[in-house]
Amino acid sequence: MMKISRRTTLAAALSFAVLGLAACGKKEEAKPDASAAPASTAAAPVAAEPFKVGFIYVGPVGDAGWTFAHDAARKLVEAKYGDKVKTTFVENVPESAADAERVIRDLANQGNKIIFGTSFGYMEAMLKVAKDFPDIKFEHATGYKTADNLAQYDVRTYEGAYLAGVAAGKLSKSGKLGIVASVPIPEVLRNINSFTLGARSVNPKATTRVVWVNKWFDPGKEREAATTLVGQGVDVLMQNTDSAAVVQTAEEKGVMAFGWDSDMTKFGPKAHMAASTIDWSGYYIKRVGEAMSGTWKPETTWWGLKEGMIDLKAFNASLSDDVKKLIAERRQGVIDGTMPIWKGPIKDNTGKEVLGKDAVADDKFLHEIKFYVEGVDGKVPG
Amino acid sequence: MENFAALIAASINSGTPLLIAALGLLINERAGVLNLGAEGMMLVAAIVGFAVAHQTHSPALGFIAGAGAGMLMATLFAALALALATNQVATGLALSIFGTGLSAFIGQSFVGQSLQGGSHGIPFLKEIPFFGTAFFDQHWAVYFSLLLCAGIIGFLYRTRYGLVLRSVGESPESAHALGYPVLRIRYFALLFSGACCGIAGAYLSIVYTPMWVEGLVAGRGWIALALTTFATWRPARVLLGALLFGSVTILQFYFQAIGIAIPSQILSMLPYAATILVLVLISRNPDWIRLNMPASLGKPFRP
Repeated sequence: MMKISRRTTLAAALSFAVLGLAACGKKEEAKPDASAAPASTAAAPVAAEPFKVGFIYVGPVGDAGWTFAHDAARKLVEAKYGDKVKTTFVENVPESAADAERVIRDLANQGNKIIFGTSFGYMEAMLKVAKDFPDIKFEHATGYKTADNLAQYDVRTYEGAYLAGVAAGKLSKSGKLGIVASVPIPEVLRNINSFTLGARSVNPKATTRVVWVNKWFDPGKEREAATTLVGQGVDVLMQNTDSAAVVQTAEEKGVMAFGWDSDMTKFGPKAHMAASTIDWSGYYIKRVGEAMSGTWKPETTWWGLKEGMIDLKAFNASLSDDVKKLIAERRQGVIDGTMPIWKGPIKDNTGKEVLGKDAVADDKFLHEIKFYVEGVDGKVPG
Repeated sequence: MENFAALIAASINSGTPLLIAALGLLINERAGVLNLGAEGMMLVAAIVGFAVAHQTHSPALGFIAGAGAGMLMATLFAALALALATNQVATGLALSIFGTGLSAFIGQSFVGQSLQGGSHGIPFLKEIPFFGTAFFDQHWAVYFSLLLCAGIIGFLYRTRYGLVLRSVGESPESAHALGYPVLRIRYFALLFSGACCGIAGAYLSIVYTPMWVEGLVAGRGWIALALTTFATWRPARVLLGALLFGSVTILQFYFQAIGIAIPSQILSMLPYAATILVLVLISRNPDWIRLNMPASLGKPFRP
């Protein structure tokens, strides 16, 4: 997932630069041992020195969404390796080149051996710092540039969106589905389309309406967008934004909704049908392990249902066994490749065929989606 | 028709927090103090109000706590900007940054919690078709904000205290020479503003989106600050600006949902553009701006 500007307001640019700069608080999760040793003790026995791992977050760890998921995985890395690793994270790091580069350089200078940058906007800064620190491994999420010591990793969120769509198609009575969407980039369009493909695979008459809030995180706006969609007769809501406001609104309005990035049941015990949840821990544990043992390679990774990085979880007790069975079947189908999500014929919503009969989309195709599939109302903005 | 009524209701709802905060800021700016810490005050009030409402199950106590938290933040600002006569712009920015961090810190154990939305609205009146849905099915804070606006207009232009407050903002030296306690008046103005920002913040976390997540206020403090300026420090124009901003915000989502083909980025920009345009057009007379702008705005005063 990419994070573009999350704080765009009317306010003076200056005040935001200052706000963003100083808001990035740094926290160390250190074990209370003598590891605060200066560089002069670097020659000490290897076992005493924990392997240092750094993380840079774009949001606060308390966002209950994107950054929260990364931080949960970081904690699992610590749980897995215990005293052998020491992780550090810096939250609220702005994506502006200067800020990001400064923080990354800091982490590198502090002796972190592998550094994870968890937002799209850090790509150039990481590339730059990676050149200056050839011995340190860098990992960048959701970007596309690599180097000898810079790897890329991403998650197939659209597979979760697809499964949610399958359930939505089955559950909706009106056949009108609504999505509160953030920013019109290929990743979000891919999620909207996959959701719609899922819904129409069980109910060919289902249609999807999209309302863009042009922000990743603004509970107020997300709520208003959801309310508007419900006013238009939508009875199942989906979101590609970061807060739980959509689920909460659904609960109040008596419609159904799906959680995004993490389990949002608490915000709407009745409305929350399931959540497409991300779990980065498998990847982080593997990569930190490889970096420790010296087998790390600068790869490009795109994990999904198969690797357990994304999954539809936290099913509502009200879901019938039929629906659960259907979801389980499709899930298996995606995992073993017998039921690919993006398999032709697929038309865009102007009627143009974008994927021929029986053609299966490759990753390049998926990375460049700039259209709505048939069944989504409206035009892609921009 | 019901749909249209719901649109009006949502617009009012969306403009209310801006209105309350902007009215408070108008008072301290009229007294000559520029407090850019609105965002921080609102955030701290939002989490304190939320925490209290969550623990006591009483939204009313939450609002009171929110107002109190806002006043505490304002006192902090006053201690620096009034007592020590620090630079108000820098102090305000610092307060915003401090509030962002502090609210996140207080809110750690409340992340992901939500409140039950209670029923509200005026009994009987809200049953009226159309008007009931559009105007009378709102939280009490909405009606409070309108009373507040009327009260401030009356206070500023019809009372002696209002005149004193404005004179402190125009020429603190003269007010001081006449024997008015300039700093004390400014402190009270800041307290009032803190309480207003506090209520606005609590409205966001208790009524508007009854939950806590970091950064819940999402820039509304800055919008309120801008509103007071574009409304040339006139309460009635603040009301107009806030409602306009609220309705265009709602309208952009409505346009998208019914499938009007305007790029959503342009729609996102509309609330800002429309509000600025309208307020600038209304207050385009430079003499009027000079007349309304507190002459000593942002300048520290040492008695």
